[in-house]
Amino acid sequence: MRRPTVSVRGTPARATGLLLAALLLLVAVVLSVSVGSRSIPIADVWSLVVHRDDSEASLIVHEVRLPRTVLGLLVGAGLGLAGALLQALTRNPLADPGLLGVTYGAAAAVVVAVALLGPVAPALQVWFAILGAGAATAVVYVVAGGSRATPVRLALAGIAMTFALYAVVRGATILDRSALERYRFWQVGSLSGQDPDRVLQMAPFLAVGIVLALLLARPLNALALGDEAGRALGLRAGATRTTTIVAATLLAGAATAAAGPLAFVGLVVPHVARILAGPDHRWSLPYALVLAPALLLLADVVGRVVASPQELRVSIVISLIGGPVFILLVRRRGVPRL
Amino acid sequence: MSVVPDLARRRGRRPRRPGADGPRALVVGVALGVVATLLVVVSVATGEFSIPLRDVVDALLGGGDRSTSYIVETLRLPRAVCALLVGAALGTAGGIFQRVTRNPLGSPDVVGLTSGAAAGAVAQIVFVDGGDTAAIALAALVGGAGTAVVVWLLALRGSDLVAGARLVLIGVGLSFVLIALTEWMLTRTTLQTAAQANVWITGSLNARGWENAVPVAIALAVLLPGAVLLERRLRVLELGEQVAVGLGLGVRRAQGLLLLVAVGLASVAVSTTGPVLFVALAAPQIARRIAGTSVPTPVLSALTGAVLLLGADVLSQRVFGAERIPVGVVTGALGGTYLLWLLVSERRAGRV
Repeated sequence: MRRPTVSVRGTPARATGLLLAALLLLVAVVLSVSVGSRSIPIADVWSLVVHRDDSEASLIVHEVRLPRTVLGLLVGAGLGLAGALLQALTRNPLADPGLLGVTYGAAAAVVVAVALLGPVAPALQVWFAILGAGAATAVVYVVAGGSRATPVRLALAGIAMTFALYAVVRGATILDRSALERYRFWQVGSLSGQDPDRVLQMAPFLAVGIVLALLLARPLNALALGDEAGRALGLRAGATRTTTIVAATLLAGAATAAAGPLAFVGLVVPHVARILAGPDHRWSLPYALVLAPALLLLADVVGRVVASPQELRVSIVISLIGGPVFILLVRRRGVPRL
Repeated sequence: MSVVPDLARRRGRRPRRPGADGPRALVVGVALGVVATLLVVVSVATGEFSIPLRDVVDALLGGGDRSTSYIVETLRLPRAVCALLVGAALGTAGGIFQRVTRNPLGSPDVVGLTSGAAAGAVAQIVFVDGGDTAAIALAALVGGAGTAVVVWLLALRGSDLVAGARLVLIGVGLSFVLIALTEWMLTRTTLQTAAQANVWITGSLNARGWENAVPVAIALAVLLPGAVLLERRLRVLELGEQVAVGLGLGVRRAQGLLLLVAVGLASVAVSTTGPVLFVALAAPQIARRIAGTSVPTPVLSALTGAVLLLGADVLSQRVFGAERIPVGVVTGALGGTYLLWLLVSERRAGRV
């Protein structure tokens, strides 16, 4: 089949692009600390972050804006990388971080725990979510055939598991009011109003996931050539698949546990990264790692400004702005092969 | 973009005649028909008032007392028929979407149809009139089909065949915009209106009558034969663009016709019940696996979709009590676990 030509740039161009993306991320971080119902001059951001005092501005920065910004950074990075890993693994452009049952595994664990055990402390809730995400993914992996799983079987097993768990979540929330109460706020997917402790709880999971993901770039490149060609290049296909799934589950599970499901970032940013950086994972994974939190934070900032003094939810903003831009990119630049 | 799972297995084989998938497919088709009939009987005869089978038959033939014939002909039968028809339409459409985009996760969502229909219906409920069910259905139809056309036009490029990946990604991009618009509309209205819109978005067979069944019946009567007629071209198309062109197929036109059939079926179905989750995605995959065919054929996908949706409706009404659990949730539970089980047994049988 003829494919739209995708220009593959040289290393200098791709490095420059990555640098620009990193600058964009820096701008997003500064704006995220500065902009809000009480705005803080950009010039003061740095000194306020470094020197904590008793002023109102310092209180806002350290109690509200910084935790929210760090959460956005971590969640964005987690979802962007997890989506990129799963798209590479299943070679399916529709793959998102929730594909292997992570999102609803986490949701089902939280909802069932609340329904059976009564109110669960927020600190425990994160653990339930991560355990649920891990368990769901593990079952999907085994059902799909373990280390011999094909991309198609992984995708199908994941989507079947997702819908079965979705039914569990909906059933439990219809039958149990307290579960609904918990789930209602979690499922919105938001960076605001989250417990600052969650950021600390999820950080280790994300750190391990990010390191694993970046180490996987080269094996995933080999895997993209197919199992046999990959083997000739010294690839251990089964081990690569297993590691990819572990990394994606850590990243998506921790991000989802902390901020709820955020659909757009994990599905679309990896495509944008590939359109900009080409199909080489050594470039597209770092691009996704930097672009995803930048977009998430910028959308969050826009949401605070446009509906001021109220806030427009980050998921709405990111889809309304990101959707058309994404369509334009796909039309202009074509889709690199997965 | 991924290749069809068993392309390697099929490679070198000539495209088979439609319906020539062997005796197993025929047996499965007949069995699905029997199950569908049984489900209709169960659905009509049981409920808050059980009706003996003889009275059901009487009522259907025009006899019986008035209350029985009211329950059978006005309440239960139209609902069961709606479930069968909508399930069949979604199953057929899903199969075509999956094969044209070469993606087993394909469904009407990939051309933004479901989110377009939801946006149309919610706009009608929120801004115009939530009481007019016919207008809601029309708004959903226009929203769904219109979105699909826009996605197709955006995905066109030169005179090429529209690549599956480009279609899917543009559909995804537009879907996100429409979902965000729908959510925004829901925040602009009263709680009561939002709740009503939410019921529509979840998909429901409640209070569906003959007037709802007729449009789906017409769409199926016209488009299902269309899908069967196009089956041969679809099989050629699945061999790859260059092979298909070499065999003299007008690829762009064939692809356009196939998508037209699928969009027609799916948008009428979705406008009838709202987007019922998972039927379009699961039915073709289940059909392919139980019938042992290389690709999901239109008729088997239709039958599987019909059984899945009616079975889920009967289950949700009889087990959980009327109207408590939306049918889309039960299709997820039924279809999801069954598909998982099929995948496991396939692996055991060594047909991975």
